[in-house]
Amino acid sequence: MFIRHEFFEKNAILLLIGTLLTVAVGGIVEIVPLFTIETTVEHVEGMRPYSPLELRGRDIYVREGCYLCHSQQIRTLRDEVERYGHYSIAAESMYDHPFQWGSKRIGPDLARVGGKYSNDWHYAHLENAQEVVPESLMPHYAFLAETPIDPSDIADRMRTLRTLGVPYTDEQIADAKADLATQADPNADSAKLLARYPKANVVPGDGHRVTEMDALVAYLQMLGTLVNFADTNTERLQQ
Amino acid sequence: MPTKIEKDAVTGRETTGHEWDGVKELDTPLPKWWLYVFFACIAWAAGMFVLYPSIPYGKGYFHGVLGYSQRAAVDADVAKLIAQRKGSMDKIAALSFDAIKADPALMEVALTSGRITFAENCQPCHGPGGGGRPGFPALAAGAWIWGGTLADIQQTVTHGIRSADADARQSAMPRFGADGMLKPAEIEAVADYVWATFYGHPTAGQDVSAGAKIFADNCVACHGDKGQGNRDMGAPRLASHVHLYGDTRETIVSQVTLPRQGVMPNWGTRLDPATIKSVALYVHSLGGGE
Repeated sequence: MFIRHEFFEKNAILLLIGTLLTVAVGGIVEIVPLFTIETTVEHVEGMRPYSPLELRGRDIYVREGCYLCHSQQIRTLRDEVERYGHYSIAAESMYDHPFQWGSKRIGPDLARVGGKYSNDWHYAHLENAQEVVPESLMPHYAFLAETPIDPSDIADRMRTLRTLGVPYTDEQIADAKADLATQADPNADSAKLLARYPKANVVPGDGHRVTEMDALVAYLQMLGTLVNFADTNTERLQQ
Repeated sequence: MPTKIEKDAVTGRETTGHEWDGVKELDTPLPKWWLYVFFACIAWAAGMFVLYPSIPYGKGYFHGVLGYSQRAAVDADVAKLIAQRKGSMDKIAALSFDAIKADPALMEVALTSGRITFAENCQPCHGPGGGGRPGFPALAAGAWIWGGTLADIQQTVTHGIRSADADARQSAMPRFGADGMLKPAEIEAVADYVWATFYGHPTAGQDVSAGAKIFADNCVACHGDKGQGNRDMGAPRLASHVHLYGDTRETIVSQVTLPRQGVMPNWGTRLDPATIKSVALYVHSLGGGE
């Protein structure tokens, strides 16, 4: 029957069903492996959801299209590991919706940029990249420092992510606004923040308001810092 | 099944046997070479499925007959590279700076390694050639804040400045203005004194004695009576032609009011000791080494 083209070609419904079945094979091949995602993501210590300020920074990163020029994936190639550090693993983007792996490197990879430069450098560089790196092509983002962050929707953003499987606790969501302010104030008591979000980087802020620049720097400064690769190796990452 | 295959009179080819409203279609088979390449590709794919990781199932995936893994491959590549460098890098790690300098071949390795590492890690702040820029120190003679000997540089690179490292270099200039230790008028007076005396911009007829007294009371302990600075405390030299936050009187006022406290990361967590020594040798060689 299957070589009887005429049979399909002269029967619209059968042709439709046949087409659907054929196309579905492609879909199934792509989707079914996701059912086993539990075993695809490595089990490593240290990964945690983004702190409220980092989360806002990430949203700005997405909004400004940073991923168009910066990747966040260190591939398993010698020169990349030499330059950027340990290759990226799936677990490092398990709380990313959507992930920011990117596909192009007009600027350098940012998967492990956290802690590589000081907060001051990030502020200066975002404001005017050519000021610190003369040959840079990066646009200026000075306006981020003049745009305050509206903290009123932070809890909603976290709840949304929770429906996607990011394990924010009720406590984290309830204290989101306070955590957001604390991370942009070096004089605040950050003990609670750090207990909830270990390794969070407190940014200087300007003491009066939290700007988009503060959020973006907080996000950049945690990239790639959560997993301690000294404690693991390729064999252990193997599922 | 096609039922009415017939020979086309014009081309001499057979038709496919399909006919719609009198329109017939010539049967033009795919070129043989194309068809065989296509079949070869399918066979190739089947081979790859067997040899390499391919089919996911339940809790895992088929690893392939060769057991290839990109992660293991890059580990092996990096290990090979480390083994190649091991001879030189072990020597650099073990020998004293003087001994490295005495060995021209080893010194060349160290300077090359240092130059590449500097370009990737240090240059974004300190600039090409260590020229520095406002807020990020120049690595030049007369501008060292924490010292410019090889050992000083090695210490600074390894542990950083005001970083998370327990052995980081720490200094904290008091917030004279922000914490109300000096009134705005006093800050202006001391800025006048520093600007005239140490930055070398005296204004004729200007009396800076009030500023001199404030300087003596508040600043001398760290910056010294001649503005020579104090490297043990990381107090920058004021009597210099290079100033960390810029060569204007305004920067003096702003720094006395609410000092910026620059941070240098502790590279010991990112770079191995031999690489850090190489960087120290490279930075030292830029012209400002002591």
